[in-house]
Parts: sequence; C-alpha cells; structure tokens
Amino acid sequence: MTTALAVSRRKFLAGSAAAVGGFSFGFHVPFGGEASAAAGTTPEINAWVMIKPDDTVVIRVARVEMGQGSLTGLAQLVAEELDCDWSKVTTEYPTPGQNVARSRVWGDFQTAGSRAIRGSHDYVRKGGAAARQMLIQAAANEWKVPVAECAAANGVITHKGSGRTTTYGKVAEAASKLDPPKDVQLKDPKDWKIAGKPVKRLDTADKLTGKQVYAIDVKLPGMLNAAIKDCPVFGGKIKSVEATQVRAMPGVKEVVQVGDTGVAVVADTWWRAKTALDALPIVWDEGPNADLSSGSIAEMLKAGLDSDQGVFVGSQSGDVKAALAGAAKRVEAVYAYPYQHHVTMEPMNATALWTNDRCEVWTATQNGEAALAAAASAADLPVAKCEVYRLHLGGGFGRRSTSHDFVRQAVLIAKQIPGTPIKLIWSREEDMLHGWYHPITQCRLTGALDQDGNLTGLRMRISGQSILSTVNPQGLQNGRDPVTFQGLNPSGTEGVLGYTIPNLLIDHAMRNPPIPPGFWRGVNNNQNAIYLECFMDELAHAAGQDPLAFRRKLLVNHPKHLAVLNAVAEKAGWGAPAPQGVYRGLAQHMGYGSYVAACAEVSVGDDGKLKIHRIVAATDCGYAVNPQQIAAQVEGSFVDGLTALLYGEITLKDGKVEQENFDTYEMMRINEMPQVESIIMPSGGFWGGVGEPTIFVAAPAVLNAIFAATGKRIRTLPLKNHDLRKA
Amino acid sequence: MTNLTVNGTVRAVDVDPDTPLLWVIREQLGLTGTKYGCGIAQCGACTVHVDGAAVRSCSMPVSAFTEDQKIVTIEGLSPDGSHPVQKAWLDLDVPQCGFCQPGMIMASAALLTQKPNPNDDDINSEITNICRCGTYNRVRAAIKFAAQGGQVRRG
Repeated sequence: MTTALAVSRRKFLAGSAAAVGGFSFGFHVPFGGEASAAAGTTPEINAWVMIKPDDTVVIRVARVEMGQGSLTGLAQLVAEELDCDWSKVTTEYPTPGQNVARSRVWGDFQTAGSRAIRGSHDYVRKGGAAARQMLIQAAANEWKVPVAECAAANGVITHKGSGRTTTYGKVAEAASKLDPPKDVQLKDPKDWKIAGKPVKRLDTADKLTGKQVYAIDVKLPGMLNAAIKDCPVFGGKIKSVEATQVRAMPGVKEVVQVGDTGVAVVADTWWRAKTALDALPIVWDEGPNADLSSGSIAEMLKAGLDSDQGVFVGSQSGDVKAALAGAAKRVEAVYAYPYQHHVTMEPMNATALWTNDRCEVWTATQNGEAALAAAASAADLPVAKCEVYRLHLGGGFGRRSTSHDFVRQAVLIAKQIPGTPIKLIWSREEDMLHGWYHPITQCRLTGALDQDGNLTGLRMRISGQSILSTVNPQGLQNGRDPVTFQGLNPSGTEGVLGYTIPNLLIDHAMRNPPIPPGFWRGVNNNQNAIYLECFMDELAHAAGQDPLAFRRKLLVNHPKHLAVLNAVAEKAGWGAPAPQGVYRGLAQHMGYGSYVAACAEVSVGDDGKLKIHRIVAATDCGYAVNPQQIAAQVEGSFVDGLTALLYGEITLKDGKVEQENFDTYEMMRINEMPQVESIIMPSGGFWGGVGEPTIFVAAPAVLNAIFAATGKRIRTLPLKNHDLRKA
Repeated sequence: MTNLTVNGTVRAVDVDPDTPLLWVIREQLGLTGTKYGCGIAQCGACTVHVDGAAVRSCSMPVSAFTEDQKIVTIEGLSPDGSHPVQKAWLDLDVPQCGFCQPGMIMASAALLTQKPNPNDDDINSEITNICRCGTYNRVRAAIKFAAQGGQVRRG
C-alpha cells in the first residue's frame, strides 16, 4: 500500500515538475519516499554536504526558511568552510524523521528565538570543514601524494607539486567512503570569502514566478480538501452538529468531528468544503470562559500590579524601597501591552496521509520535530512510522513554533479517511480566532531621582501572562517564567539590562487568562523595551536631562549597549536640529544575544495624524553572515514592530476574539512605511540573533518621538486608540 | 461549464458559478502561484490581471468573467521570469517569505502598465497589498528600478 502510494507520488511529481518547468532552481520539494531525492545517486560526504558528479553542492539545512534568510546564511557558512563554488550551491531540508533515525545528526530543527545561525554556526561550519578535508584526502589518495601537498579552493583541488587538479564532483564518491576527520580547524571570520558577504538569497527566483511550492500549494494524487471550525470560545467544545444538512452539497465527501472541539467538512475542493462548513449548523458548548472579555482580563492584570501573590523576582539589587523613600523626585507610570496576532500571510495548513501503519504530513513548521511528535500523537502511531515533510513557510513569526494544532487536526481528519491525503486549510477567520497570541501584560514603573537628577532606584512590576506556563511548563523555574524578563536580566548572554541602577527590583505577578499565549517575533522583549525605554524617556524629562545624555550615564558599564545607541544618535543627527516639524525619539535594548538601538523621526499634524519619516537602526550581532539579509531583517522588523504599535490589538468579548480578518485587524501598508537606515556594526567575539532584535526598539523609539512632538505620553498600544492632537 | 482565458489559453471549467476566481485558478486550473490570504480583497495576495488591470481574485465570482477577458496569473506574467518587474525583484532581492510576492508583483506590473514612471504617491495609492515580512521599501525601490529599465542602482 505504502509502496504503491510512493510510486504514484513520484509519477505525479514528475508530471507536475514538467508542468511548471521543473524544480531547476532553489529547493527540492520533498514528496513521499523521496525526502532525500539526491541520496542514492549523489555521494553524501557527511550529513551536511552532498556533491554531485557535475560539482553541484547540495547543502542540507536543518532550520527552515520563512523569509528571514537563514537558508542562505547557513549555506554560506557551510560553503565557506567547504571552499566550494558558491554558484553551484543548492539546498535541501532533511526531514525530522531522518533526524530521529540518524540520532539527531542535524541537531535542533527549531527555527525560533533568532537561533538559526547563532545556535548552529559551529557545527554546520565544522560539517563544511570536515567535508573539505575528506574531499582533499580523496584526491591525495587518488594521486598517491601526501594530503599536506594538496589544497582546495572554489571546488577545485590542486596538488601543489605537480599542478594537477581535480574537482569536488570527481572525488566525491571516494570521499564519501572515508572516515570523517576527528578534528577540524575553522577559519577566522576575517578570512571569510563567502560568509560575511552580501550574497543574494538562494530562494528568490521561484518566489517571482509562482513556482515556489508552499504547504498550502501541496498537491497529492487523490487528495481531498478540508475546512475546519474549532469552537470560537476558548475552552468550549461541540454540543451538536447537523451534518445531514450539508452532506448533499456539491463536492462534499465527509463531515467529521475533530477531537471534542472542532468539526471539519471534507470535499473535493477547499472552496466547496468551506462553503458547506459555512452552511453547517453547529451548536457550541461555550464552556467556562463564555463571559471572558478584554475588560475582565485587564482588571485581573491591574490587580496584579499591587499584589504579593504569585510574584516572581527577575532582578534585584540594593534596596529599592529605601531609594524610593529617600528620592528627591519620584516618577511613576503604568503601561500596558495588548494581545496581538501573528497573522502569517499563509494561513495555518497541513496535508496528512494516514494508513494503519504510516502517517505522513506536509506542512509549514518552525519546529519539524515538534510537528513530527504532534503527528505521531494524533496518528496514534510510533514516531518511527511517521514523517513530516517541510516546505518553505509563508511567514512564521513564532506561530508555527508555538503550536502544531493544525498538524494535529489534519491528522485527526485524515485518520477518519484512511489512505486519502487530506489538505486542511484554515480560513483567515479561523486563523485569527485560533491564534497563540502575543501575551498581555501591564507594568508599573517607579523611579527615584536624586537632587542631581541621577537615577538611584527603579521598581518595575510586570503583571500578566506567562508564555511558558501554557506552552512549555517544563521550562518554568520553580514556577517562575524566565522568558518574562527578556532584556531585563542582570547577567548572561541572551538579554541583559544595560542600565546600571544601584537599587533595582523587577518582578512579575504571573496572571494567566485562559487565552493561548505564544512566542510572537520579539516575544517579551517587545513590551519590556517599551516599558523600560519609554520610562527612561520619562525619567530623563523629569530630571531635566537630554534623553541621550541620561541614558549614556547609565550605560557606562555596558559598552556594547552604549555603542549602538551612540551610532544611531550620531547618524540621525541627535542634538542637531531636525527638519521643521519633525521630532526624534531614541530606544536601545539587548535581546537574543544582539544589541540594538533606533532613532525615530516623526511629525504629528494638527489633526493628530502621525507620520513616521525615518528610522535609523543599529544592530551589533557579533558576526554578520550576510549584511544584505540583515538589512532586510531590520527593515522587516520595523514593519512588524510599527504595525504592532499602530494597529495591533486583539480584543475579547464573550470569550471570543473580536477581530476575524484584515478589515478589523489592520496592517501597516507601503504608504505608512518610513525610510529605514540600518547600521550593521558586528563587533565580533559573539554570535547574536538577527531575525527579531531590531523589532524591540521600533515602538519605543516612535513613542518617545511622539512625546517630543506632542508632549503626550502614550502608555498603551495601539496608537489607533489614541488622539495624538497636541494637548 | 465556463470558458476562461487564462495565460493565453482557453480553459473550460466545470464549477459552481459563485466560486471565487481565486479558487478556480488554484483548484480547477492548478495554478497555485496565486495565493489565498484573506478572502475579502484586503491583502492582495490573490492579485491577477484581467485585461491588464490588477484584480483581487478572491472576491470576484467566476461567473463575472467571460472568455474574451484575458486573465493573467503570476505563472503567465512572462514565460521565464523575465518581466521587468520580476527582473527588478531579483536584482534587489525583494522577497522574504515570498507568499505575498506574486500579488505584489502583479499589482506592480499593472501599475507600471498604467503609469510607466510612478511617483511615490502613485505607489502609495496603487500598491496596497499586505506584506507581513516587511518588504515595502524594497518593493518601492524595485518598482522604480523596473520603471527606469533596471538601469539605476539602488541607494
């Protein structure tokens, strides 16, 4: 059965490849048993590198591409150490099942936390370096000369004495049979020729012609399509479904229940499945959260601002109580950050094929191994009998790492129709109603200034939702969620508070409303940077000091934080007059191992209309593997961060999300996009992330500029709820 | 049975008349380059050309189209990715995740047909597609780059 299916899929793939001109460039799309199409015919030098006789280099990439460019960056790192010809590089995703079968030879598949490169640069470079040594050894063996007399460059191996040359493709077969070297020497980044360079992305061409196959585009022979509705009230379930009313509708094949909470219509096309689903009478048991609203959640968090119950300390030094009591001036403010949705352009979807002894899933996931686990669990089969084929993501932003609910659902549907591939696509509305939302928090900050305007104490109470409590309770530390304190940590390499404040207390009153929280690009850095950086601005003004000078004094012990701040101030012209009617705001933050700062320039019209003219953004990520792609990530993170600032708010009424599509959940568009000037200033010696960090400073820099323009402190998001006309 | 002229070929489709053009293109014709993003003409991922004009195919029933209207999808914009917009996109490495880009490219190509040298206001009013990755500045630069025949360097 399985074999027959695999054969038919291969036939199908050949047909479809011909129809669209073949997968000649870019990525191999894995279908069925062909997960590693090149394997078998192409010598595998090691897990990371395969080389074809025509010198094509296939680099395996464990982390997925979702726009962030790490597919190209990771290939650059392998190619750099391999010393191959970059123009001959292609890439391939190994499957999660292969990773399990090969004792996790590719390491972590998770593509989240801005870790794709910083979490794997060492072992992928070693993979490239080891392959290079084996290829040179194979040539030396063939020539019967000492390996020390041979060298490789650009995919060509040369014997120094005789001048003989061969190519990687010619010796790959022999090299694949050699034992891997015990140790390899990695290049000094200053000697990089491929890494560190602004090479073009490897995945662009197919994205311009419609050839790029996303998970939502997967086609399998005999495939049916499913549309689903899960209970729109969190915690609710199905009471009854009148399936007979839609079974006779055109194209409808099945109406199936998905767990206790969902119902799906399976039809020949997705449009027919959705049409029937919309006509299907469903009665929900709305469960315990039917009265939940944004108002009741806000009250719950507000109570946490003053509570001593369920409180966890993030950072503490000195005696903040005494400092506040003895302050010449006390400054206090309460900020809040709302729920927000990831809104990936490609809605959640997965295609599943279930038989008694095998389950296969095609999907867009930021965590292939978690997707595999979700598939196996839903399939009720051992992991070894399941497989997940990964495709490029139409956006991830953390949604596709937080939960694989869509994989579970697809498998649960497919299990009820054995042997038939089922493609489940969430409508945009279903996607909006069943997010794993940016967590909601409030924060009270109290600062103590002495008579010279020095910050002597800071008290920061965060009240609100913990992501780990819901998503990964094993990650809690005695109940404390360390992720809550991103960017506020006293030490470490991930996200350190740059300000030295003698008396400090940062704590978290954990309050978990029954709304699923998720990792949303930037995660808790987003609100923490707003809380801290906007309050720093408030303190500077209360102290009668320039916001840059005020920060500089407090950053003396953290030169990397200070350096990015200085860089944006200098490039933006801080201290020099801005254009007429234009005002500036600053912010800096550290997260995911990188240091970032921004200076925003805005104007606010008499009608309160905000225009963001220009953003200058600096990033110190230690090593810059592809400066051009880093610049793209900086530009993109401002779109994400400014969209969140301008429009991002999910509200709840009667236990249900009120925003169901882009008409009520607005997105920033090209007309609102400011000029973004990125300063990439890798200082070396560490590996920081890139995909997320600059998002942290987008909102606070703009909010501080709005204060400069209007005298108004905006302490809650989004701006669409505020009147920005001058007070 | 409805006849549609898609990418220069007349195609007969047997489909419910109120099916949106998008789903006919994706499911009946198998051309998956045109994307579903919202279904309410908000995001523009489904943009195709109808007689040269940009149309959001998710919100137009197939019954609204006749055989003499020329429908062009991203697959038919050029035979080999050589349309000036596609070339500019490649030169400036515009896409990130790429999911919105077929719609972006189709909207931009239609704009350039209508206005060969669009200014920023033209781009602001005509390119209203949503990109979540944030390629807007490169989209703007690439439209201008294409308008100038790919001659002007970005910067």
